[in-house]
Amino acid sequence: MKVKLFSYSQLDTFVHRLSGVSKLFCFLFLTTAIMLTYDIRIIVCIMILSLIMMKISKIQFKQIKTMLIYVGLFLLFNFILTYVVEPEYGVKIYGTKHVLFSIVGRYTVTQEQLFYQMTKFMKYLSVIPLGIIFVLTTNPSEFASSLNGVGVSYKICTALSLTLRYFPDVARDYTTISLAQQARGIEMSAKAKFTDRIKRVAAILIPLIMTTMDRVELISNAMDLRGYGKNKKRTWYSQKPLKTADYISMAVSLLVLIGSLYVRFYINHSMFYNPFI
Amino acid sequence: MNSKFSTKTIVATGLGAAVFFLFFNFVKIPSPVPETNLQIAYGISCFFAAIFGPLAGFLIGFVGHALSDFISYGSPWWSWVVASGISALVVGFVSGKIAPAVEEGRFTFNEMKIFAIAAVIGNALAWLLVAPVLDIVIYAEPVSTVFLQGITAFILDAIVSCVIGIILLKAYASTKTGQGSLSRDN
Repeated sequence: MKVKLFSYSQLDTFVHRLSGVSKLFCFLFLTTAIMLTYDIRIIVCIMILSLIMMKISKIQFKQIKTMLIYVGLFLLFNFILTYVVEPEYGVKIYGTKHVLFSIVGRYTVTQEQLFYQMTKFMKYLSVIPLGIIFVLTTNPSEFASSLNGVGVSYKICTALSLTLRYFPDVARDYTTISLAQQARGIEMSAKAKFTDRIKRVAAILIPLIMTTMDRVELISNAMDLRGYGKNKKRTWYSQKPLKTADYISMAVSLLVLIGSLYVRFYINHSMFYNPFI
Repeated sequence: MNSKFSTKTIVATGLGAAVFFLFFNFVKIPSPVPETNLQIAYGISCFFAAIFGPLAGFLIGFVGHALSDFISYGSPWWSWVVASGISALVVGFVSGKIAPAVEEGRFTFNEMKIFAIAAVIGNALAWLLVAPVLDIVIYAEPVSTVFLQGITAFILDAIVSCVIGIILLKAYASTKTGQGSLSRDN
């Protein structure tokens, strides 16, 4: 099993130089802005902004190829499912009905439905570059410290950095146990029956959980011995101080969020942008 | 809560989330229903919740699912990420009844029953209420699609949580020895 986690690469670009805290804030502001709107104009604006940032941060296409395929399939599935279950949802939202052509029964293709599904497609697509930028340009060890900077309790941040630190170890244990069980003759291919599949998962999962519990004991003893958790606050080795560029990028993202809310409440008067009236 | 969040719980949360993430993202068991996978991971989060409490359970589900979404979709689908946490959170609330017995090496039918009921309630709350409602509120998804997905997720995940959770608790309890388990050999 090949497990590749974050292919973070240390580059020296504007986005990489930003502190993790400000990148997390920008990510949250911009994704919230997209989450709270169904206005295709705002969505496209944010998407263009994030594609420019992707260009600046020198993210290569091959780094994100598999991810794009996954997301593409997911969005396609969602697109079809929405149409099959709710072919008239757009009509309900926009209040008008412009039929283009009809397929069968209640399955008519309307401009409203196409516009709704197009907006939805763009909405989900536009969040992806933001996440990619955040994950690929933030050092994993800085990630936990940036959450602490946002105000999350440091104990939770430690748990998160332990997850990132020990994930490769757990994955290696999994491979070792799986190979050992195969050597003992456990069928691992997809040919096995359903009940056998559950049994062979248990054959790997139980040793893996026992190893993990032993490791929990070991690590927590080591941390207790070094006095972890004694004080109310902790400092982080990888935390970067905030600079002017950090404040500017946070302000820009916050403005985008406020702008999107302004459009929602004072121009569209609803979550949706309605070009049909 | 914070005083009970001991170093051991923190470490268990961290490692539990790593195991959850591994199974959630890389180990897929095709179920008898076509095009759906059994998420063994929900059994793992419920197991950790039963031993280490609600906060650990919630964070394992939440962090594990969010990380998995980050690396496969670029951005988390928050409504389902929160629901993943909730399903284990509910199991965590009965950890006071399960964990002490398991640490003593006992995992009888009584504990099994409590665990199974909590797991079913947790999954029902998560997939029939939290996930669909958040989908509608945050993402304005059509009502019928989200409940369709919610019901499928509920049935599969409730079964997985109970079966895998009980197998793991049973195995873990059998590695522990209780007080007075030794007797003089006459």
